[in-house]
Amino acid sequence: MQSQEAISHGYGSKQKLNYLTNGSTLRSWLLTKDHKRIAIMYLISVSIFFLFGGLYAATIRLELLTPASDLLESATYNKVFTQHGILMIFFFLIPSIPAILGNFLLPIMIGAKDLALPRINLLSLYIYWIAGGLVLFALMQGGVDTGWTFYTPYSTTFSNSYVMLVGLGIFINGFSSILTGLNFIVTIHTMRAPGMTWFRLPLFVWAHYATSLVMVLGTPVVAITVLLLAIERVAQVGIFDPSIGGDPILFQHLFWFYSHPAVYIMILPGMGVISELISNFSRKKVFGYEFIAFSSIAIAVFGFLVWGHHMFVSGQSIYAGLVFSFLTMVVAVPSAIKMFNWTATLYKGSISFDTPMLYAIGFMGLFLIGGLTGLFLGAMGLTVHLTDTYFVVAHFHYVMVGGQVIAYLGGIHYWWPKMTGKMYSEFWGKISAMLVFVGFNLTFFPQFIVGYQGMPRRYASYPEELQVLNIFSTAGASVLGIGLLMPAVYLMHSLIAGKPAGDNPWMLPGLEWRTSSPPPTENFETMPVVTWEAYEFGEENGLDIEEAKRREAALV
Amino acid sequence: MQTTNWVPLFPEQASTFAAHVDLLYAYLIVVSIVFSIPIVVAIFVFAIKYRETEKFATPEEMHGSMVLETVWSIIPFVVSMTIFLGGALVYFEQFTPPDDSMEIYVVGKQWMWKIQHQTGQREINELHVPVGRNVKLTMTTEDVLHDFDIPAFRTKADVVPGRYTYLWFNATKPGKYHLFCAEYCGLNHSGMGGYVYVMEQRDFDNWLSGSVSGQTPVEEGKDLFMNKLGCASCHAGGPAQRGAKLEGIFNHDVKLVGGATVKADENYLRNSILNPSSQVVEGFQPIMPTFKGQVTEEQLTSLVAYIKSLSPNAAAASSSTSAAATTAPAANANTSAANTAASKPAAHGNTSNK
Repeated sequence: MQSQEAISHGYGSKQKLNYLTNGSTLRSWLLTKDHKRIAIMYLISVSIFFLFGGLYAATIRLELLTPASDLLESATYNKVFTQHGILMIFFFLIPSIPAILGNFLLPIMIGAKDLALPRINLLSLYIYWIAGGLVLFALMQGGVDTGWTFYTPYSTTFSNSYVMLVGLGIFINGFSSILTGLNFIVTIHTMRAPGMTWFRLPLFVWAHYATSLVMVLGTPVVAITVLLLAIERVAQVGIFDPSIGGDPILFQHLFWFYSHPAVYIMILPGMGVISELISNFSRKKVFGYEFIAFSSIAIAVFGFLVWGHHMFVSGQSIYAGLVFSFLTMVVAVPSAIKMFNWTATLYKGSISFDTPMLYAIGFMGLFLIGGLTGLFLGAMGLTVHLTDTYFVVAHFHYVMVGGQVIAYLGGIHYWWPKMTGKMYSEFWGKISAMLVFVGFNLTFFPQFIVGYQGMPRRYASYPEELQVLNIFSTAGASVLGIGLLMPAVYLMHSLIAGKPAGDNPWMLPGLEWRTSSPPPTENFETMPVVTWEAYEFGEENGLDIEEAKRREAALV
Repeated sequence: MQTTNWVPLFPEQASTFAAHVDLLYAYLIVVSIVFSIPIVVAIFVFAIKYRETEKFATPEEMHGSMVLETVWSIIPFVVSMTIFLGGALVYFEQFTPPDDSMEIYVVGKQWMWKIQHQTGQREINELHVPVGRNVKLTMTTEDVLHDFDIPAFRTKADVVPGRYTYLWFNATKPGKYHLFCAEYCGLNHSGMGGYVYVMEQRDFDNWLSGSVSGQTPVEEGKDLFMNKLGCASCHAGGPAQRGAKLEGIFNHDVKLVGGATVKADENYLRNSILNPSSQVVEGFQPIMPTFKGQVTEEQLTSLVAYIKSLSPNAAAASSSTSAAATTAPAANANTSAANTAASKPAAHGNTSNK
């Protein structure tokens, strides 16, 4: 049986074709149905959007170095923060982990040859390109200044920027998200290898299952919302415009009905990555596997019921506010469960501090702060003061950047040897992980304080007494920027000069480590049969640890 | 917010509920620290104590513990419920204006705050209020969403086109405090703000008398109602009147055609002027024309203020002040003495009698 065979390190299989070498024409990439190639193309495109979004972020921080709006005039500043938000959320955060890591790994992790709907997978990439192209075109033409939230009636009646084109981009992009989610659900249900039961699935897969549910059920709502916005803008039929019987608050309900669950589209896959990292680098079965798995589902379900907590000061009824505040507090529980279980997983483990693990530990610290400050914003009386201030900006950056981006980077470092067959420089990896952590905290922690002081978000100029904290923030952003650019350099460098990684550099039991690096086009030479539970690290699961130790010794 | 600290940590506490919000904030910080310390300490201790000693070792397996999972589900739940309750209590306080509030009207506009006092004073991007008085702002906007935000008072509320929203506070300390627009509203969003000046009652009275004042909202509303818009021809007097009687209507339930009942609050009155056929009072024909496009937001505010003044006994939030304002003789609108006297409601004489 495959599972009982000792896993080799792939040195003997160098000559075999893998997914990267199997065809090198442009056509073989653009018309591929291989989920791994599609993932690589996503990786490249998403990184480009991340770069654009990051440049906008840098511009924002530079402008806020001084209280006056001296670097950018208000008109430009408003476009810059809007475009930063739109690119980062719709074209980086939402697709990053699912479309890159999920796409690449999900089929391998469950022992499948590909996703269930490979053509649909390619289609979702093309949709993403078309949507992204439209949005970039709109930004080059003059941009959009509504804020990524597109609140009416500003976006329908007053803004004369490229709202329609950007809206169209977001509308189209939604289909990419829906198709990816649908593909994952079908794949997880139908394509698991023999023996891969639901409770043997890696937690990364559980997290993607929960995420996919949100994608499929939530994304149509944002599509409809953008469509209504377009109709209102073109025809002024009175959906959102109060002067002809519409309701501007209706837009906020529709928008947040998607966009709050979208927060979980962004963070749940990150939690999945972290569950993998914590368990694998402690070489211990994750503590409370079922609780982590079900807490993902619980977060996905409750995530649909808390949208009104974005609207505590919108004039919404006090009683509606009570319900939304209560449910928001309830969501804290599954998040806390994850946090406790990850910590408990470390207990009596054998913890190694490779680059991905540094990112994972950084995630735990940052997500702790991000999660707890979520309670501040769920407490109605307090959030009245905090809403629309930098406290909110700091909070969601702790969750989105401190959580999702750190998890994404940890995941990229963890699976890079599998995706490329090459090992990057551990030294530079660790330096970058630490720079990102320090730079991130220096950037965003002062914003909690400046927010409690009352500094409103989306301000190009601000009261002078708040400058000191803003200087800290901008200084931190420079460190963070360097920390984020470094991986781009040494990961690229590893492609040319990196040491061969071997099939299983970390000596782990997951299915993705039981095939060659990079994997062959159909993922496995023979269909794997799973006879072990998830996260079992012993030799009885076919891990040839003696051999791994010899190889490790030879490398040093 | 005139703290002189190098890095200020808290804005000044300048309203009755500022201390409550800060207390809630302090409670959450304590909860966060109490919750974080064990986790962070555990992560550090485990990371050091259980760091890898042998490459690719296989530690003993542990599957989880039902007891632990239950405990660490229940504790966060209970703690989060205390936060929920604390937050709800403060929120009720923030959004329940007391009945004796002095009412001030606010109209947002890209990109300025237009403020109108009951006594007729108007200001832009500045709001003068007396210390120790309950003040209620009735707010709307001419264009997009705005948000009236005074950090030192720990309160803010969105200002929404097409309806009235409310904000109240009781300022506890004389001083000058930042006023911001906190809801993104376009080009000069970050410039749409100014200051709230909290003054001793005596200084406030002086300010009222010194400030150029026009018609009070009630007077302006009456003028519009009687003369300029001709509302009176249907709504005032005679047994043959075609429109509903407005005396005493404010804050009372009215029966609508079709059987529904609605409370005649500010939003109802506003809607009845702009969309008269949408909520017709029982017994009347839907014959009233719309006044949409003919009245500005400020005129609407005045009309509503006038109609409210016709219901002196309604337990309206603004009853005391609007009653006081109506008694001010119109001819004396610019006479400082009469004006000041009128603006001093008897109920609050204790703070101003010197």
